Amino acid sequence: MTWTDLQTALAADGYVASDDLTVAMHLALTLDRPLLLEGAAGVGKTQLASSMATLRDTKLIRLQCYEGLDAAQAIYEWNYQRQLLTIRAAAEDGETGQSVEARIFSREFLLERPLLAAITQDTPPVLLIDEIDRADEEFEAYLLEILSEFQITIPELGTVSATTKPIVILTSNGTRDLSDALRRRCLYAYVDYPDRETELAILNARCPGVEARLGEQIVGFVQKLRAEDLEKTPGIAETLDFAVALMGLGIADLTEDPAALQHTLSTLLKTQSDRAHITPEVAGRIAGRAA
Amino acid sequence: MSRVTRFAGRDPGPAARVVGFMAHLRENGLRLGVSETDLALAALCEVDASLPEHSRQALKAVCTGCKEEIDQFDALFDSYWLDAGRVKQKIVQTPAVKDDDGVHSSREAQGDDASGAGSVNAPDGGEGEAESEGEGRLIATEVRNLMRKDLRDLVRPEDIAEAEGVARRLGAALRDRRSRRRIAARKGDRLHFRRTIRASLATGGEPVRLLHKHRPDRPHKIVALCDVSGSMTVYAQVFLAFLAGLMRSDPTADAYLFHTRLVRITEALRDKDTLRAIGRMSLMADGFGGGSEIGPSLARFARTYAKRFVDGRSVVMILSDGYDTAPPDVLDAALEDLKKRGCKIIWLNPLKGWRDYAPVAAGMAAALPHLDLFASANTLDDLAALDRELTAL
Repeated sequence: MTWTDLQTALAADGYVASDDLTVAMHLALTLDRPLLLEGAAGVGKTQLASSMATLRDTKLIRLQCYEGLDAAQAIYEWNYQRQLLTIRAAAEDGETGQSVEARIFSREFLLERPLLAAITQDTPPVLLIDEIDRADEEFEAYLLEILSEFQITIPELGTVSATTKPIVILTSNGTRDLSDALRRRCLYAYVDYPDRETELAILNARCPGVEARLGEQIVGFVQKLRAEDLEKTPGIAETLDFAVALMGLGIADLTEDPAALQHTLSTLLKTQSDRAHITPEVAGRIAGRAA
Repeated sequence: MSRVTRFAGRDPGPAARVVGFMAHLRENGLRLGVSETDLALAALCEVDASLPEHSRQALKAVCTGCKEEIDQFDALFDSYWLDAGRVKQKIVQTPAVKDDDGVHSSREAQGDDASGAGSVNAPDGGEGEAESEGEGRLIATEVRNLMRKDLRDLVRPEDIAEAEGVARRLGAALRDRRSRRRIAARKGDRLHFRRTIRASLATGGEPVRLLHKHRPDRPHKIVALCDVSGSMTVYAQVFLAFLAGLMRSDPTADAYLFHTRLVRITEALRDKDTLRAIGRMSLMADGFGGGSEIGPSLARFARTYAKRFVDGRSVVMILSDGYDTAPPDVLDAALEDLKKRGCKIIWLNPLKGWRDYAPVAAGMAAALPHLDLFASANTLDDLAALDRELTAL
């Protein structure tokens, strides 16, 4: 399978990927490397992982990172309640300490969290580590070990090696600078806002019901809106919401009804000052230019 | 010493050429190891390497690691493989060398990205001067040159050593109990189940000894922005020493200088050799002692670096006298933007120590509502005395 095949396959699933992104994804697959995706919110970083899972017909295992994420939530945790009960029961049966210990620190008592689950599947899953920049630096270091060795050491149980190597996709919004060590272990792709043609293709793939004329107006409008000085620039996800909202309200032409257009802007503008900045007159003017 | 800057026709084979390309990238500041070369070759086998576009995309995915490198990559690729950059590079390099001679520090300049230093320094400094003060342009330029030479005399290594101590104390004062992760501790607020179970094995499953865990303290990250415009010249010695000390004592801190432009000096100040660090800083602080545009500089900071380096656990420390040549509403908007990132903002104004000082400068008045702490500081001792107020934050 060449990268153009991958691009076609992704497109059939409704994900229109740029050449840069497809080549990076293709290399990540063939070279068994993690892929680090950076870019603004809502440009389809997370969506790529779920499209890949659908494409390969495998499980998507997702680890959402947040500040304070630790091994217990990301890798594994012992089932303490069950362990306690077992110890008590064993004490009444007169079982020896050693055999109890062997029993309660076995796989049966282990709660798998995403990272451990990802390396112990039968078929290689897609492992999505979302917003890695939100996790602490200590966790990033731990992640590095797993990404390079594909094995996890549990003190009581020994080392668990990967039965299959998952397809690893990391995403980052750039709220913190990632370490060089992590960056160099991954292939890298920057996902930018799409150009007009690409966005139109995405819109058509995702919302097949949109009329050609309205579709062009929507894309033109959003593209022009991105050029404005906004606090939160709308991503593709917002464009799609906008299109669905317009269809739901039965608006066939953006320039027709400025009031209705203003109502639907809630799907594109997500802060109060952006809302105040794009007044009905400004919105009308942008829509007029986009048409 | 030979610089590999382009595709060599007599190389023995594709592998050697890729190795040459990696050397070319390294020369231009991309951090790549031997394993990347290996990976690059493997990647080229996976695409149709005879098509330049495909090779470009494959190598881009392997060799780059962040947005800046992606932006840089296409030009580097063209210059090596498509022989497009050779002439251009020579042109860029010549003024960079000239520029260094004036400051007697060509050695530091080589450490930097050669083409970057040349093109950033020369034209920008000129422009900034023209913007700041229309009438006194010639004089201002002379002052600037003097200051550039003086910067290393201005800050002595002893000061930096002292400042390091101060910075360490300030860092310790800025502790925060917001970590959500818990670690084992003798007197914690939660049970440490894993350890308790382990310990209970010895007593037949009866958890006799309860072990605890707690939330550890986490230091705030200090982001210091220092005004080095003309009006601040007298205080520069203290503040620059403080910045240098801060960088040395706290590996997470971040530092910037601004006058009419904003420069990030974190990397430069991390240089192990103290004097060389100051030397590198003076190269970057081109325009030192010129006009001040606090508002636009902070706005630029909020739009660019702050998005990457400032979060809810940061303390933004602004060292400035508040005399801004730009309209105050720019400063107001910039601080409001910055505040939205959840950080604390501290403004240290050397003039505040004066008797009868009132923040009447329009810029200062606009900034006040956004500040968590507004204090005076014109000596290292003043800075050291701040730790009690910082603890209260």
